[in-house]
Amino acid sequence: MSLNQLTAHELHDKLKNREITSVELTESVYQRIEEVESKVKGYLTLTEEIALEQANAADKGFQNGDDMPPLAGIPIAIKDVICTKGVRTTCASKILSNFVPPYDATVMQHLHSQGVVMIGKTNMDEFAMGSSTENSAYQITHNPWDLGTIPGGSSGGSAAVVSADTAICSLGSDTGGSIRQPAALCGVVGMKPTYGRISRYGLIAFASSLDQIGPFTKDVTDCALVLNAICGKDEMDSTSVDVPVPDFTQSLVNDVQGLKIGVPKEYFAEGLDEQVADQVQNAIADLEKLGASVEEISLPHTEYAIATYYIIAPAEASANLARYDGVRYGFRTEEQTDLINMYKKTRSKGFGQEVKRRIMLGTFALSAGYQDAYYRKAQKVRTLIKSDFDAAFEKVDVIATPTSPTPAFKIGERTADPLQMYLCDVMTTPASHAGLPGISVPCGFVDSGLPVGLQLLAQPFAEEVLFRVAYTYQQNTEHHLRKPEINSSKG
Amino acid sequence: MATITTEGVSHVANLARLEFDEEETQDFTEQLARILDYIGKLNELETDDVEPTSHIHPLHNITKPDVVKTSLPRDEVLKNAPEPEEGYFGVPRVIDTE
Repeated sequence: MSLNQLTAHELHDKLKNREITSVELTESVYQRIEEVESKVKGYLTLTEEIALEQANAADKGFQNGDDMPPLAGIPIAIKDVICTKGVRTTCASKILSNFVPPYDATVMQHLHSQGVVMIGKTNMDEFAMGSSTENSAYQITHNPWDLGTIPGGSSGGSAAVVSADTAICSLGSDTGGSIRQPAALCGVVGMKPTYGRISRYGLIAFASSLDQIGPFTKDVTDCALVLNAICGKDEMDSTSVDVPVPDFTQSLVNDVQGLKIGVPKEYFAEGLDEQVADQVQNAIADLEKLGASVEEISLPHTEYAIATYYIIAPAEASANLARYDGVRYGFRTEEQTDLINMYKKTRSKGFGQEVKRRIMLGTFALSAGYQDAYYRKAQKVRTLIKSDFDAAFEKVDVIATPTSPTPAFKIGERTADPLQMYLCDVMTTPASHAGLPGISVPCGFVDSGLPVGLQLLAQPFAEEVLFRVAYTYQQNTEHHLRKPEINSSKG
Repeated sequence: MATITTEGVSHVANLARLEFDEEETQDFTEQLARILDYIGKLNELETDDVEPTSHIHPLHNITKPDVVKTSLPRDEVLKNAPEPEEGYFGVPRVIDTE
């Protein structure tokens, strides 16, 4: 295997033992980008010059025999929704086409203090609104497992580049499933930590009560290493929570004896692809064989999660995106007769269709006469959804479900019908409402060769049990080791 | 729950500082009506006695000590402004002068 195909923890050992240099590793990643990026199109911006400087700096540390952090010298890709000082950050929107942040997001400060190598910024649905990455204003990202299919979304670029070995790991963001769903569809590990675990400072806001940053990695060990690096209370984000941050690598134990896994019957209902269901059921059976006990549970308000989500998230988005007015940063229209007109022209030209649709939906749900019927109602149903999980976690330690009801679908298949696209998130939005941590791990393949993801959910701040279950699963299965063959497009 | 008309779409667009031509207004009206129809399923649930959840943590009024800190330098802040003017953000004239 070439260096770019290895995991961060394997590479750290090689760097520490001075078998390889970070510059060699970084060059192998750009070599791979040269070979396949024109097919995958996962990146919006490449930062090779910065990356090589960072690799050189890491190599100096290793040469000096310094005690280097686990991600030192490791090539990582960053979703273009996270502010990177001095590096263009577009949110895949025309309205931010020329935005160069004057500061780093808190997660970037954490990563830089580890000495990571930033490879580039990844493609996404505009303002993280979408489930296929087709809403990018710049390009369509192709799923490395079948270039004719979508990589999932909204963090489709971050999932695809890890799958394609054009990054060792990456960061994404998850509002209603935007890390877990693309991780499942691209056959990699993706985690949405508990709401409040990670600072959102410098994460361009979509729906502030739901947004959370998290990692994409090639295995569960790497996921723990990246999470270790980015967690913690931050005074720049008042919703980050001051709870102890454990060393998540301590939870990487190959043992699920005595753990109780709940399987909610509502997630195995109509609309779930049969082959996806089979793979997920097999994975749950594997965990049972490894010593976990499995019981059926019920989360009765599951079917209301999408309707609730498509009020709450657009309502918050309509407020958050009010800042794009052509005054302080970003695009401004040339047609300026007066101030209001400048706002309207700027926003109407700068935003894409899906973003406008959600701003409209959210503005409507918050407008006079409708706020109680829509926004308030949705907030109440959110309480019911959260109560379902509270009751379930009285009985079980972990909940296991499919991550996505289907494998990756064809590019263009669902773009004509916004509601069909929204239903992609049916398995991931419930946990988002409840702020729960969730991880998606590869658990098999359908006949066409596309990967399937197993979603594991736990109580708030119980990421450790997710790591234990996911790690045990990967120690005893090989689905996560399979790699896509990018040249053989079936598209 | 109500449905939405083209007049409603135009009204909401104005609130959101967006503008659409006739065809877009028609498209948005149809799409939003369909989405709102789906969202109407929330009315199946009785929620009179349910408290709303705005986010999951029991946090209220986070305050910080009032300490003076340096902020970003002015020219850094203005670097991204589309039309900066003499150290300020420039906007179209908002006050009529005679």
